[in-house]
Amino acid sequence: MSSPAPAAETTAEPREGAVAIAGAYFERLKAGDVGSLPVIVALVAMTIFFTAKSTIFFTAINFDNLMVQMAGTAVMAIGVVFVLLLGEIDLSIGSVSGVGGVVVAEMQQAGTGHNFGGVTAIILAIVVGALIGALQGTFVAIVGVPSFVVTLAGLLAFEGVILKALGIQGVIGIQSNTVNNVANYFLSDRWGWGIAAAVAAALVATAAGSYITRRRAGVSTGNLTLTVLRVVALSVVVFGVVAICNHSRGVPFAGILVVGLIVFWTYVARRTTFGRHVYAVGGNPEAARRAGINVVRIRILVFMISGAMAALGGVVFAARLSSVDLTAGSGTILLDAISAAVIGGTSLFGGRGFVRSALLGALVIKTIENGLDLLGQTDWVKDVTTGVILLAAVTLDTVSRRRLQASGR
Amino acid sequence: MTAPMTDTPTLELRRASKSFGSVQALADVDFEVRDGEVMALVGDNGAGKSTLIKSVVGIHPFDSGEVLFDGKRVHIHGPKDAARLGIEVVYQDLALCDNLDVVQNMYLGREAHDVLHRLKEPVMEQKTAETLKTLSVTTISSVRQTVATLSGGQRQSVAVARSVMWNSRVVILDEPTAALGVVQTHQVLELVKRLAEQGLAVVIISHNLNDVFEVADRITVLRLGRNVGVYERAKTTQQEIVGAITAGVPTKVAGIAGTGEDVA
Repeated sequence: MSSPAPAAETTAEPREGAVAIAGAYFERLKAGDVGSLPVIVALVAMTIFFTAKSTIFFTAINFDNLMVQMAGTAVMAIGVVFVLLLGEIDLSIGSVSGVGGVVVAEMQQAGTGHNFGGVTAIILAIVVGALIGALQGTFVAIVGVPSFVVTLAGLLAFEGVILKALGIQGVIGIQSNTVNNVANYFLSDRWGWGIAAAVAAALVATAAGSYITRRRAGVSTGNLTLTVLRVVALSVVVFGVVAICNHSRGVPFAGILVVGLIVFWTYVARRTTFGRHVYAVGGNPEAARRAGINVVRIRILVFMISGAMAALGGVVFAARLSSVDLTAGSGTILLDAISAAVIGGTSLFGGRGFVRSALLGALVIKTIENGLDLLGQTDWVKDVTTGVILLAAVTLDTVSRRRLQASGR
Repeated sequence: MTAPMTDTPTLELRRASKSFGSVQALADVDFEVRDGEVMALVGDNGAGKSTLIKSVVGIHPFDSGEVLFDGKRVHIHGPKDAARLGIEVVYQDLALCDNLDVVQNMYLGREAHDVLHRLKEPVMEQKTAETLKTLSVTTISSVRQTVATLSGGQRQSVAVARSVMWNSRVVILDEPTAALGVVQTHQVLELVKRLAEQGLAVVIISHNLNDVFEVADRITVLRLGRNVGVYERAKTTQQEIVGAITAGVPTKVAGIAGTGEDVA
């Protein structure tokens, strides 16, 4: 084989077509990485089921609703993904999201000394969330208290803080349009199409750029068919979503926010040294430490991300109701976010997972909720169904991990 | 010590001592390794092999004695100092991340990145493939495989290859063949020989004298924290080494061990 690049000889023979795609997926499976395929299959199956059962499910209005319903959970689940990648857990995110809602409501309140603009109020909420994360992360990373306990304490303590902050009144209304628009603004048709076109162009540019730089460096360019298929499929999904939303009120800003955050954090996780170190610490903390990675810093930063995303999720929830009350951050908010990350395919054992699982998992959970609501089912059916799906996801994760250990020679 | 007789040792310890509380782990140990040679470090459990390595790379520095690198006295206060000099250790438990692929492990903690800390994947992938190729590690089919899918020998190869990628001068291997099968042991030992052929100074710690006799040029024997002697592989036998490990040979060049010719 007279390859121009010496590197090509050590990489696997390139294969073409469907065989290659199946082969690549099988390789990943062997490495204990089930990927996003199961959850996408589940989503498609649920969509077909609910569409068949309910005439309202697959309508533009319901689609818009679903996106706004899942936005807060998806945002919080992004933080959970990072914490799970470290092999840790953050049980405080429910309370922290409540705190985020309280902060944003308090900071825009008219007639107080601190009636800031909407954007400032939102940023302050995120900063408070990050600081809470830094505090908890310090206990985990430096003192060495198990994250389960630290964040359980946080769950209780910050619930108390919410009670204290809301006082006897028990509710703060949000007048700021900027804040409320986070969950209640819908883009015009033209903007929707424009964003879809921009996203598709960015997908093509990224794929092409990566292909060219890799080719220039003389390293394996991966499977071109698969790359093209992926870009086409994602573009179709993006345009499809915009088309459906435009039949109703348009693309919700909350949806754009979620997608933007997913893209940003995916980039951080997969393409920066920080992200690489998060995976390394989650995979083998001792190896990471010996390789010179500052494990303490990584752990604290990850808990800060978790706190910040929880607070931002809380802002989305508060914006949807245009107020915060004593139920902020309680109920199923915490468990929804953690379940979303896990159902989406992020391992509970650390080191394996993707930021996108936050979105996929949140979609699954909220589709069940939304669909069963439309079928007139009561809460117990929703809870049991979500529980069964969560168990299935964790079982899949555990089995694939066990397979991996068995094959590890 | 007057002028060196042949060339200067790459890494040299003179009268190095280390104690933990009342336990004297190392007592006046002399040790050296030169470019292009494989120096084996053998001894029974508790003889001080691991302590020696950890002290060399500064995890717990020596209490007294000198460390010389290229004949110059150096002070190593931590693994980063050691790495800066070009001293790399491949630890027994490998220190690889199972969930990361070969490239990611090779660059762990020293990723190639730009000012915004964006990873330069093509550069890293190319250099990894190149390094594996120069070391003739051909059993790894793709550098994008996760380490979890590799065999023990392949993992060890990755760990060794990682240590030589950073312009290293001295590579210290802690029990590289423990827990490997026959074929894989052979692969790793061949790799160790190639490191020396490329001019690196290699230190290999092993319990397995068959392995030691296959790769080492010289053998340093530690017993109860003292240097019993330095033997040339060609002029010694396994029985002699076993004797030195278990009983010690007090008459053998105490104090000037490690000075090459004197030992023969």
